Amino acid sequence: MIKVDHVTKTFGPKRAVDDLSFAVERGEVLGFLGPNGAGKSTTMRMITGFIPVDAGGVSVCGFDIAAQPIDARRRIGYLPESAPTYTDMSVNSFLGWAAEMRGLSGDAKKKAVHRAIELCSLGSVVYQSIDTLSKGFRHRTCLAQAILHDPEVLIMDEPTDGLDPNQKHEIRSLIRRMSPNKAIIFSTHILEEVEAVCTRAIIIDRGRMVANGTPSELKAKSDRAGAVLVMVRGAASQAVTDTLGRVPGVARAELVATEQDCTTVRAYPQQGSMNGALAAVITKGLSATGWAIDGLQTEEGRLDDVFRLLTRPDTPATVAKS
Amino acid sequence: MSALNTIKAIAKRELFAYFDSPVAYVFLVIFLLLAGVFTFTFGGFFERGEASLASFFGWLPWLFLFLVPAVGMRMWAEERRSGTIELLLTLPIAPWEAIIGKFLASWIFLGIAMALTFPIWVTVNLLGVPDNGVIVAGYVGSMLLAGAYLAIASMTSAMTRNQVVSFIVAVVLCLALILVGFVPITDLLARYASPANVERVAAFGVLTHFDGFQKGILDSRNVLFFLSIMTFALFVTAVLVRNRRKN
Ligand SMILES: Nc1ncnc2c1ncn2[C@@H]1O[C@H](COP(=O)(O)OP(=O)(O)OP(=O)(O)O)[C@@H](O)[C@H]1O
Ligand SMILES: [Mg+2]
Repeated sequence: MIKVDHVTKTFGPKRAVDDLSFAVERGEVLGFLGPNGAGKSTTMRMITGFIPVDAGGVSVCGFDIAAQPIDARRRIGYLPESAPTYTDMSVNSFLGWAAEMRGLSGDAKKKAVHRAIELCSLGSVVYQSIDTLSKGFRHRTCLAQAILHDPEVLIMDEPTDGLDPNQKHEIRSLIRRMSPNKAIIFSTHILEEVEAVCTRAIIIDRGRMVANGTPSELKAKSDRAGAVLVMVRGAASQAVTDTLGRVPGVARAELVATEQDCTTVRAYPQQGSMNGALAAVITKGLSATGWAIDGLQTEEGRLDDVFRLLTRPDTPATVAKS
Repeated sequence: MSALNTIKAIAKRELFAYFDSPVAYVFLVIFLLLAGVFTFTFGGFFERGEASLASFFGWLPWLFLFLVPAVGMRMWAEERRSGTIELLLTLPIAPWEAIIGKFLASWIFLGIAMALTFPIWVTVNLLGVPDNGVIVAGYVGSMLLAGAYLAIASMTSAMTRNQVVSFIVAVVLCLALILVGFVPITDLLARYASPANVERVAAFGVLTHFDGFQKGILDSRNVLFFLSIMTFALFVTAVLVRNRRKN
């Protein structure tokens, strides 16, 4: 439903978005990740047609955003980065106005506003002037504006920014609930959020896509993916590390912690050989030692590590598509 | 949704925004005070010994010079400063609908300000027997003049996110439109240029065209003059809004 096709945007000498292509279908929730200044907001602004693309094209529900902007925008709900609202209005009149601008009137308008207020938990501030609201409520008011007309395409720039943990949770479950019949893109700097709600994530760095896959596919890129944490009781930590390092299939072993008589060591699998089967190999490898094994835990890899690995300032931004 | 409904929704919001802030009331009070002061003291309302609003309308182009840009300066500058322009221009509407809606709201506001000058009109009717046809023409001309200044203010407002800059540039442009037709200036120009050229330049002066209305003449050429300024300035506004959506 959203098609971004070789889009490029340059600000002066700076290339903010560089030949970016991806597509989002109905039912998908796409997490948009990247360091500050990577070009996330710029991309979203081009998808909504707020800024024109320099090269390439964007289509939403089959409508080209440059050629048929009104048809395309009718189907989009957009939460801009700074969550702007007309602060001199009350929540109710602002949402009413947004509904009118979406062509709703009378009962349909009332229903839409009511529904948006419910979904964004704004019930307690309906008649309050927006400039007297706290940041989180202001943010939610702008979010309410975006989902008011039940759009097919929802684009949210950091929707959980500035919200308290309860509200973050609320918004995440709201996104999950809305996802089956919408195409959703949202950007975030909170990586757990990606695992919690996204069906797919894209990481961009300096305007280029450096990763595109499901959260578990991304996590598998971490060097810790498939590593095993081994907890052994009653053995010298050096001996445990050395022994583990010699187990076939283990690339290297690294001491994580020693607590009283319990040693924790992380064993990394050899590149591509183990595929999650390392724990079994280690159990076998350690059986001869007679140590009391307190626990074995296969690690999934962390998005954090992948994110840092792919967006380090010294990595050449390369296109890696899975 | 039809363009008309969009324009109406935008204009309504803008108009309410004016009256939601104390600025609107301050503006109205200042406008009415100044209109009164200019009319009854500097304008020589009583000394003229005639029942007309000539002293009122005579000062209006100068009064509008500051007050209309003050009304129009926030139109787009504020929208850009607060970031709401991103909201507005990603709604399923054409930018020109927003431009017209905002312009109309400010114009209506100025219309309300003009309507509140009715005590001056009542006074002149109590004191004498004025030609009310001339007065109506004067009001029509005033609204057209206000519209022309306002369109210019809309244009300068779209150039910047800073309301003060927008105000100053608008005042300068409006002043230029006054001066090219202002008699002391045209006299000065006549020393250096041929009368034909002076006349050509003066044709762009708002005073030249506003004069007719003051005399009670509704000349279509004068109406057309103000309408063309509005069309031109609003067109430039559209270009500016289009090209400066961000940065
Ligand atoms: N209007 C503009 N004029 C000039 N440069 C701009 C403009 N908008 C964005 N940029 C530049 O483009 C790059 C990408 O900015 P963008 O806002 O898209 O980043 P982002 O990924 O959203 O970052 P963040 O996580 O901080 O929100 C930045 O280097 C920014 O300075
Ligand atoms: Mg951003």
